[in-house]
Amino acid sequence: METPTAFTPLSALMGGVLIGLSAVMLMALNGRIAGIAGIVGGLLGPAPFSGLDRYWRLAFVAGLVVAPGIWFAATGAMPAVAVTDSWPLLLVAGLIVGVGTQIGSGCTSGHGVCGLARLSPRSLAATAVFMAAALVTVFVTRHLV
Amino acid sequence: MKAVLSALVAGLVFGLGLIVSGMVNPAKVLNFLDIAGQWDPSLAFVMAGAAGTVFIGYRFVLKRPAPVFAERFNLPASTRLDARLVGGAAMFGIGWGLVGFCPGPALTALGTGAAPALIFVAAMLAGMGGWRWLVRD
Repeated sequence: METPTAFTPLSALMGGVLIGLSAVMLMALNGRIAGIAGIVGGLLGPAPFSGLDRYWRLAFVAGLVVAPGIWFAATGAMPAVAVTDSWPLLLVAGLIVGVGTQIGSGCTSGHGVCGLARLSPRSLAATAVFMAAALVTVFVTRHLV
Repeated sequence: MKAVLSALVAGLVFGLGLIVSGMVNPAKVLNFLDIAGQWDPSLAFVMAGAAGTVFIGYRFVLKRPAPVFAERFNLPASTRLDARLVGGAAMFGIGWGLVGFCPGPALTALGTGAAPALIFVAAMLAGMGGWRWLVRD
């Protein structure tokens, strides 16, 4: 089922700049790429790493998760999250996204934002591929089946 | 300690960016990907704003000898375009297109208390961790 959304260029651009500022900040202060799949994946593997490495990753994820609470405290409204998909589909999609981002070493943030900004050929290729795959997937699920 | 605090603030700003831009809402993402349907081009503006800011910001930051709270800049060294990169990206794109969640927005959506985000994130973490253990990465 589809939920209509309005075209919001200004807030989209402003939100994008915030995301960019966060990535610049993480590089300037922590020396790290703001790639969510990499940050989270680094918490979950068997590779041993120092306490500090674990803590900055956890802190970044905590920031992501508490953001709606801060937003609610400031505005009195929770951001809209409209999902009409079934639980099994959510499970399958989550699993595919989890495995795919680790195999491909990045997601929309690591490849799509930071990688493109660094003019990395790998990220450019990855972004073209995941965009194309997502476009085809949406076309198939919305218009063919 | 300072590195942990700065990561927390960076994560928070990232999450607020996802909220302001509307990308925390999978419906907006799917409508961007649905060019043949009710197309919402907003996501292109998010990407442009984010990548443009990073493009400019990194030029200044990476000229410095080192980050403020760390010893060195950790930048990906690999330049190989291989099957692993393409296959992983294709897989990620399919999962992203199925429900409209990618890792960052899914984690921020989790913070709204939305049950679908919880299911997606649980499966995503299992997939990430499972793969990393499998290949001992």
